[in-house]
Amino acid sequence: MTRVNSNRAGWLAPDDHERVVRPYALTAGRTRPAGRSIDLVALVSAIRSRAGSELGIDDFSGLGPEHISLLRFCRLRASVADLAAELDLPLGVIRILLADLRERGLVSISQPVASGHTDVRILKEVADALRRL
Amino acid sequence: MPYADSEPSGGRTPVPVAIKILVAGGFGVGKTTLVSSVSEVRPLRTEEEMTEPGSLVDQLDGVERKTTTTVAMDFGRISISEDLVVYLFGTPGQKRFWFMWDELAYGALGAVVMADTRRLADCFPSIDYFERNGMPFVVAVNCFDEARRYPSETMRSALNLTDDVPLLLCDARQRSSSRDVLVALVEHAVARLSNGQHVTPAR
Repeated sequence: MTRVNSNRAGWLAPDDHERVVRPYALTAGRTRPAGRSIDLVALVSAIRSRAGSELGIDDFSGLGPEHISLLRFCRLRASVADLAAELDLPLGVIRILLADLRERGLVSISQPVASGHTDVRILKEVADALRRL
Repeated sequence: MPYADSEPSGGRTPVPVAIKILVAGGFGVGKTTLVSSVSEVRPLRTEEEMTEPGSLVDQLDGVERKTTTTVAMDFGRISISEDLVVYLFGTPGQKRFWFMWDELAYGALGAVVMADTRRLADCFPSIDYFERNGMPFVVAVNCFDEARRYPSETMRSALNLTDDVPLLLCDARQRSSSRDVLVALVEHAVARLSNGQHVTPAR
């Protein structure tokens, strides 16, 4: 048996696809988040005050219940994947809602840096921690 | 991976680090079992475009205009410290979900490819993908009770693995066994780094 003969026929290259996303009710039909893309493991933190004062009711007007739930769950820092699992909503929907919150200055989103997992010291720490599991 | 703040932050230290690991392999090979034996596992939903092969499988009568489908993957998290978290993503096994992989693979440390000796060919596409992508991976042969055991060399040769790719036997039901697989992957990634081989997959 050799992998050369593996069934590549059913394997579609990503380039062959044109993304067609059905309109989401929760996102008012929008299919793409505004602004920069949001990684699966980006960390989201709710911003609770501006210019030294607590946010008021005006800051939250026009937001849906899902927006509010998101803000509640990322009061302590949470990853995008965690938020999607917690709210049981598709990732695409979560991303759009998060982009809304980011535009309104209600959350800060820390994007992971792709070159970060090249730090041997961190990886050794991970291996040691996993061994203790 | 460490994080870069998209907005100015209040000088938060230290920088949180997320390690993303993919668990791949054919349908029913034990991905969910492995993820759940080392972490709390939750389903993660994503809306994806339905592919031609998928449209033959999914029953579309009456909803012919449906062009997306909901894909669920297994999502596990191991918190090592407040600022160091390992995320595990069990990728959908069916070939029709392959198009999701580029996003999942982006920025990932590496992958565990799970294999079942009774259906070895099911993991070929995963191995091909990670080889092409230049991502570190290990092969974990899940030893099902009823499956025949083969010597490692026989399996390596059947899988056409290069010498540097670790191959382990595991029992995904056992926490210690699944843990050893993850440790092997991280060590493999470290070894590749030391050889200057690590390639960050492009989006």
